Amino acid sequence: MSGRVLVGVKRVIDYAVKIRVKPDKSSVVTDGVKHSMNPFCEIAVEEAVKMKEKKLIKEVVAVSCGPQQAQETIRTALAMGADRGIHVEVTGKDYETLGPLQISKIMAALAKKEEAQLIILGKQAIDDDCNQTGQMTAALLDWPQGTFASEVSLEGDKIKVVREVDGGLETIKINIPAVITADLRLNTPRYATLPNIMKAKKKKIANMKPADLGVDITSRLEVLRVDEPPQRQAGVKVETVEDLVSKLKEAGLV
Amino acid sequence: MLLGLTPSRRLLSHRHCLLQCRSIKSENTARSTTLDSVLSAFRSICGEDGVSLGEAVRQQHGKDESVHRCCPPDVVVFPRCVEEVSALAKVCNNHRLPIIPFGTGTGLEGGVSAVTGGVCFSLRNMDQVLDVHQEDFDVTVEPGVTRKALNAYLRDTGLWFPVDPGADASLCGMAATSASGTNAVRYGTMRENVLNLEVVLADGNIIHTAGKGRRPRKTSAGYNLTNLFVGSEGTLGIITKTTLRLYGIPEAVVSAVCSFPSVQAAVDSTVQILQAGVPIARIEFLDDVMIDACNRFSSLSYPVTPTLFLEFHGSERSLEEQVQTAEDITQSNGGSDFQWARDAETRNRLWKARHDAWYAALALRPGCKAYSTDVCVPLSRLPQIIVETKEDLIKNRLTGPIAGHVGDGNFHCLMVVDPNDPEEQRGVHLFTERLARRALAMDGTCTGEHGVGLGKRALLCEEMGPMAVGVMQRLKDTLDPKNLMNPGKVLQESHHDRLDQRLMSQ
Repeated sequence: MSGRVLVGVKRVIDYAVKIRVKPDKSSVVTDGVKHSMNPFCEIAVEEAVKMKEKKLIKEVVAVSCGPQQAQETIRTALAMGADRGIHVEVTGKDYETLGPLQISKIMAALAKKEEAQLIILGKQAIDDDCNQTGQMTAALLDWPQGTFASEVSLEGDKIKVVREVDGGLETIKINIPAVITADLRLNTPRYATLPNIMKAKKKKIANMKPADLGVDITSRLEVLRVDEPPQRQAGVKVETVEDLVSKLKEAGLV
Repeated sequence: MLLGLTPSRRLLSHRHCLLQCRSIKSENTARSTTLDSVLSAFRSICGEDGVSLGEAVRQQHGKDESVHRCCPPDVVVFPRCVEEVSALAKVCNNHRLPIIPFGTGTGLEGGVSAVTGGVCFSLRNMDQVLDVHQEDFDVTVEPGVTRKALNAYLRDTGLWFPVDPGADASLCGMAATSASGTNAVRYGTMRENVLNLEVVLADGNIIHTAGKGRRPRKTSAGYNLTNLFVGSEGTLGIITKTTLRLYGIPEAVVSAVCSFPSVQAAVDSTVQILQAGVPIARIEFLDDVMIDACNRFSSLSYPVTPTLFLEFHGSERSLEEQVQTAEDITQSNGGSDFQWARDAETRNRLWKARHDAWYAALALRPGCKAYSTDVCVPLSRLPQIIVETKEDLIKNRLTGPIAGHVGDGNFHCLMVVDPNDPEEQRGVHLFTERLARRALAMDGTCTGEHGVGLGKRALLCEEMGPMAVGVMQRLKDTLDPKNLMNPGKVLQESHHDRLDQRLMSQ
């Protein structure tokens, strides 16, 4: 198979940051907080670039939806080896309510427009943990899906995917075109090197709006409240086994 | 040449060490009344949660990864900013309480042992990466930032901090011990890569060793205070910020392995590779005992003979040239089985032996502990010292596989020792002293990377000579007249200090 791969990359709060909930409980604090590419998206980009290096595919196109800053995330993908980028501009309130359904509509529209043969996404984003976009995109396109991929290999006009499932590993073979979502053990993403970051500045990023793709991004979901996990209560020390048993009984645990 | 301390002096220093190290149960009451009156001061500075008397917490903060016993402090405080560190230091100063800075506790020389009790300043809550300057290749970090955390933070910038001592250590801690690592042959040690430090002195005053916020790549302004504090192991001040020099992540990496018929052949190859101008990034030596251990531990089949592990950084094209030059040199020195790899998986497989060396050494004798020696000599003396050291090991029936940063003339004997066998421990102790003195006799140093800490204070005197140590002592007395900063480390205690302690405990 020789062709074009679309990779979706999402800009999220960096995994190492301590998350804080806003006092009005509407969302988490994002101002002045370090953001970076979603780790599973990094793995997706790495897989696509590896395929290109093995000459299994011709072009890797990195896609991101969001405000101006989403371009930084696309640049990182370009520095890792993607050929060009597409920035679908979504700002303000629309961006706050952007979710898997709208993204999958955008990805599906882009896949048709770009005549892509493969879409690789991260299995989920670390901010919403939805794990829906890949599956919805496949459904909208009526393409097969290989989700939670820990190994991907092209075999003629089919793709063999080893999936990580609760019971172990499941190996499937699906037709191309297809949607793959990357799990943790698929690969170890490369760090962007300085020379590659410099080269990436010359690569093209196309700009467009969801409307240009005929996609309606109104959300059908409304976030009511965001709460921090409950504070851990201090424990109580007891002196004897009898005390322990009576306390457990009081708590209705025995 | 001295062969070691006389038996009676050894016994005395051993007992001195035992007496110095106390647990809170046997703490004298004089110290504890002082402590009560300062605890409320500490709590008002760093909050209720920022002060801990819990035994487990104190035990955690009284030991590192060395073989020195745990000496827990009397209290652990967790300041959140440099102002709190300064205020805490002032309180300690007023009440003559020892101050022990603590980063990650990954040191190898007992540098965090609270030998006379005191207050441990755990700096882990100060964990911000401040001011990344991509175009200037510098960054400033607080003590709670470890080197892996920094490199993960920088991954999008194409920059990295290459000093790699193995452990995921605090960068300010690495500055305090003048750490080095496998990359030093190309990228240098902490001494070459620290541009500026923010330090809290024993009296609570805050200084910036190169001026506040300054980060020129070079300077000739005044005395080099930055490098005074680098390697001072917490005895001159508490490092609360360090400005580091960054490098571009290499475009490509190639790893290689080569076996040699002798130690001389391996070291000759190293010298010639450096002389040929190959900007080699890592060049590591494993002796036959170590390779054998690695073969067994990781199910590998390297020839059991001195081996070099090499790593090259650069652009695709320059790597071809570097690897070719290195291969030619190794062949001309009798090297064989030269293997190299470009992709990450094969590289990791090639280097697995080196990465697992510590565990492979431990696996030679299950149930035993390992202690690493750390001498460093000029390159030309390396074959001789390794050969003599191996003879010493064999003669005294000690287990000590050797791994070394041969490009720097630095090597480690991983002494595997039975913790329940005092005879063997004594044997190892004497061996390490002989080794250190052997290195000193060859114009080298008794500690290439790990620092002086508790165990090498006497050797430091031999290495530097009384005049230089005298200057060090005068600097220490000037910056820390009450000897509160990490007492008992680096410099041997003077009569003055012992008198002081007896006064304190009355």
